[in-house]
Amino acid sequence: MAALLDVLNLEVRYGGIAAVKGISFAVEQGEMVCLIGANGAGKTTTLKALARMLPSKGEMRYRGDRLDRLPGHAPISRGLALVPEGRGVFSRLTVAENLAMGAYHRPRHESGEVAADLDRIHELLPRLKERRSQLAGTLSGGEQQMLAIGRALMGRPQLLLLDEPSMGLAPLMVQKVFEVVRAVAAQGVTILLVEQNAKLALEVCSRGYVMESGDITLADKADVLAADPRVRAAYLGE
Amino acid sequence: MDIFLQQLINGLTLGSIYALVALGYTMVYGILGLINFAHGEVVMIGALSSLTVIRLLADSGLPGPVVVLIGLLAAALVCMALGFTIERVAYRPLRNAPRLAPLITAIGVSIVLQQLAMLTWGRSYHSVPPLLPAATHEVLGATFTEVQVIIVAVAAITMAGLMMLVNRTKLGRAMRATAENPAIAGLMGVDANRIIGLTFVIGSALAALAGVLVSANYGIAHYHMGFILGLKAFTAAVLGGIGNLAGAMVGGILLGVIEALGAGYIGDLTGGVLGSHYQDVFAFFVLIVVLIFRPSGLMGEKLAERA
Repeated sequence: MAALLDVLNLEVRYGGIAAVKGISFAVEQGEMVCLIGANGAGKTTTLKALARMLPSKGEMRYRGDRLDRLPGHAPISRGLALVPEGRGVFSRLTVAENLAMGAYHRPRHESGEVAADLDRIHELLPRLKERRSQLAGTLSGGEQQMLAIGRALMGRPQLLLLDEPSMGLAPLMVQKVFEVVRAVAAQGVTILLVEQNAKLALEVCSRGYVMESGDITLADKADVLAADPRVRAAYLGE
Repeated sequence: MDIFLQQLINGLTLGSIYALVALGYTMVYGILGLINFAHGEVVMIGALSSLTVIRLLADSGLPGPVVVLIGLLAAALVCMALGFTIERVAYRPLRNAPRLAPLITAIGVSIVLQQLAMLTWGRSYHSVPPLLPAATHEVLGATFTEVQVIIVAVAAITMAGLMMLVNRTKLGRAMRATAENPAIAGLMGVDANRIIGLTFVIGSALAALAGVLVSANYGIAHYHMGFILGLKAFTAAVLGGIGNLAGAMVGGILLGVIEALGAGYIGDLTGGVLGSHYQDVFAFFVLIVVLIFRPSGLMGEKLAERA
């Protein structure tokens, strides 16, 4: 059986520089997989290529579809959502409007289900309900991260790509964000997580890939990676 | 006092038209960061194409306002098609080019449109048949015509409708989201090209309306009427804070009033040395003052918000 996401020889270049050098990996339905590595390893670039924000070479198959042949605004309508690095909330739109944008691609006849999804997200992230008429730009960093995740969930993705959800957040907030991520995974959403906080990522994920300057250098179960001396030395600060 | 009130009425009329045109500038700027200098010419094409239709129907026996309405619809269709084409042909290929390239292109488009209009409608001034009710009324010593009332009312209703569209509908939300961050809006499934195209189409429909109203106001239309009107509307958009819709409306009306009052009083203030034909000076005086003291405009956002 084919994986939910199958990436074969993905290559992304910025001008003459190859940021991702022909990597291959797969994510199975219902899995929680992380991509860890240092700054500039190509993790964010990989996610952006998957979400069709960047032109790329190589095959990206998602539920049998060739992602690499879709126009830039199409992935979400196939059930693939990206929570971008730095959250990317629309700061001049209200919280409620940001969430509504997440459901932009869903047809009008689904409006009942969209409303139900909104209720569910408000339950999962009660802060967003409290602040629904506030401009998103006035939220704290952690709240913005919650909003970005909630907005992605409004699109009812089967595969959620999360780019550095812990970035710039206080430790307590990081814990909260990861509780939410776990809850989302428990609902059956497949997750591909990019993190610099390798310790945390390997705790919550079942499998992981280690990226180094554009290549995948290690791939294994999360606990094996966490025990690997090379990973411990490079990313877990030991 | 009666001069003041009179010029206030005139300024309000003119200002409503500036506001409609300024909205076109500000919408495109908000979403593309481009000053579409061809926008004034779209107004001119709207005025002249409505005039052509109105002349064809003038003897048809239809009531005057109906003829004007048909002329307006025809002009709106022409301008919407024109706006869509301009974006598609002239600006889209330059979407990722340095900012100067589309700006120069906009000036080029403006020249092309003006020349095309000259070839189509000739160099002469066309008088617009007075088909709208033109009766005059008096309030506190100032007179106003029914045409003026229609202009202000139609502009106000249209702008209220636009605000509803932008602030209350799904399309408007997508427009604002795309204006703030097209890449992220794309992640939500927004096709930025479609939104940008629609922005041009909506702005051009407003331009067509402004063209019909301005030619009804002055009773005259010609192939280079778009240039100065476009510059003034651009000034109004900058005055209000370019990129800000409410700012464009406030800026337009304010500019109209400043201009009318300035023209009304300049003769007295300079002892008759300068007359009301210096009207155009005020708009550009305002532009200079705004650029020096408040470049972000009255309602413009501070740049820090964009970080």
